[in-house]
Amino acid sequence: MSAPALDPVRTPSSDEAVASSGRAGKRARTTPARFDTALGWNDRPGVSWALRILLCATALGIFAAPFLTIVSGALSTHPSGSSLSFLPHDSTLLNFRVAGERGIWDYFTNSLVIAGGGLLLQLVVCVLAAYALARHRFRGQAIVMTLFMLTMMLPEEVIAIPLSLVLGHVPVVGIDLKGTVWGVILPLGAWGFSVMLLTEFMKDIPGEIEEAARLDGVGELRMLWQVVLPLCRPALGVAGVLGFIMIWDQYLLPLIAAKDPTDYTVTVALSILRTDPEVGSGVVLAGAVIALLPSLVVYLLLQRSLVTGIAAGATKG
Amino acid sequence: MTATTIAPRRRGALTKRVFGKKAVLPWLFLAPGLLLALVFKFLPMGKGIWLSFFDVRPFLGDQWVGLDNYTRVLTDHRFQDAVGHTLLLGIGQSLGAIVVGFFLALLLEGQARSLKIMRTAVFLPVVTATAVVGELWRLMYYPTSDGLVNSALGFLGLGPTPFLDNPDTALWATMVMGIWMVAPYNMVIILAGLAGVDRTLYEAAAMDGVSLWQRLRHVTLPAIRPAIGIVLTLAAIRGLRVFTEVYVLTGGGPAGSTEVWMTRAYTLGFTRNDIGGASAASVVLLAVTLLLTVTVNHFRKRGDVR
Repeated sequence: MSAPALDPVRTPSSDEAVASSGRAGKRARTTPARFDTALGWNDRPGVSWALRILLCATALGIFAAPFLTIVSGALSTHPSGSSLSFLPHDSTLLNFRVAGERGIWDYFTNSLVIAGGGLLLQLVVCVLAAYALARHRFRGQAIVMTLFMLTMMLPEEVIAIPLSLVLGHVPVVGIDLKGTVWGVILPLGAWGFSVMLLTEFMKDIPGEIEEAARLDGVGELRMLWQVVLPLCRPALGVAGVLGFIMIWDQYLLPLIAAKDPTDYTVTVALSILRTDPEVGSGVVLAGAVIALLPSLVVYLLLQRSLVTGIAAGATKG
Repeated sequence: MTATTIAPRRRGALTKRVFGKKAVLPWLFLAPGLLLALVFKFLPMGKGIWLSFFDVRPFLGDQWVGLDNYTRVLTDHRFQDAVGHTLLLGIGQSLGAIVVGFFLALLLEGQARSLKIMRTAVFLPVVTATAVVGELWRLMYYPTSDGLVNSALGFLGLGPTPFLDNPDTALWATMVMGIWMVAPYNMVIILAGLAGVDRTLYEAAAMDGVSLWQRLRHVTLPAIRPAIGIVLTLAAIRGLRVFTEVYVLTGGGPAGSTEVWMTRAYTLGFTRNDIGGASAASVVLLAVTLLLTVTVNHFRKRGDVR
């Protein structure tokens, strides 16, 4: 990137080459947006412009509009939800009241406790591990890194059955975690993705900052808390958003960790609402809206972190 | 860097190297993560492998049966059907989600504010919990003519289809939902790839007067090939372990037509209490997943070098 600045002779000559080829002149005449996209979409009104608007509307209709049907179905008094529409015919909060009577807010509270506690534990555990991996050199470092990578390759689906046995009787201490929020929270603690992400980020913190702090007599915990963590805020945001969405999406883990249906999270509890013969699909949709809201809020507030995280996950994982 | 490696040797004593403050410190920070991973990931994995060789009887004591569970699972025709469904669903869903994701990326590529809002809206299926998506699609697939998808088909003059209740269509209906859930995720990764394409190549291609198709084929596709490789890998691994979508949408039915490997293992383990058989099924899936991951990583590393 700094090459042109270091080599002043080269810069004008390459500019000259562009100018002499006539490309630069042409570029000035056409709008710069012309070659900004692979399909060369045009901003001016015309056939391609109309086609793009039409296709965008179709994409919105397919990927986003179904969410409107959830909301309108939840607000609709229509007893059978077979006829979903994008706008409610008549709005009422009756479905939410019925869902409340079926305990949806208890399930929601379960979910919030699990998501809050799980995310907090996950961030603390992963930050500590990443700090050791990024800022210290020790024997067995590569093995530890591989172990954390393996936790990403071990999907919970595959270990569900033995995990449910372990949750029923944790070895050595011998306690039964089933029916407690710990049964869901503890298995979420070590998440290889966050460890990896935070480690990569912490490695880039310049050593000079750390050395300066050490000269001031800063200990390890204060170093992590007051020097490293404030510099890691972007990475913590990514780990937080992805972690929250991952935990909220859990289905199998809350299902096997529950002792009876009152322990379910709101996403799992939707199946209870659905199989209840006395409630219509309007109530199920009201439950779906409630289950949808937290991840939606987190996404809309922090979508930039999420997209960064997906790109990072794609290149690292 | 050299100071840290030399210092302990000069101090000499082995005990200091193993138990000294410097050596113990990283492990204190790693302890919570390693402990949780050990108890809730690796121990269950080991236990699963161990149990797969036993006939698990809760009060009578487990009995060693060797590879019996494996032969039983692998010769069970319901598991064999499930393998077919898993492969069909995994491959169809991965390819479909890549094609749709690619078109979405091409459509929504650009800097305009309206496009950013569009991308935010289109991405919604990815952040929505799988169980919620399942409930939504169950209602969208409502079998009568006033169901959402059926009424849309009605506009095109097609009769109502009982998507999820018909063994012939249930698996395809599940696949469509899977594509819907994953395509926007692929879109984001492919968009990141598209952003890296050298714009001057497009200009040069336009100068040479190549067609749109040639431009896509020879400029865009080669540039985003790494992104597509990543997307395919992730999709293949996700496809193998598919569970929640199927479990919520159809529960494996009707008549086992959407039964996949993991829903079958789940039924065997939790409903039929055949822990040994279910463990054997999980171990097979784990082995295939690890094999696939390692193979793909191997090829990706080789590709990077080239």
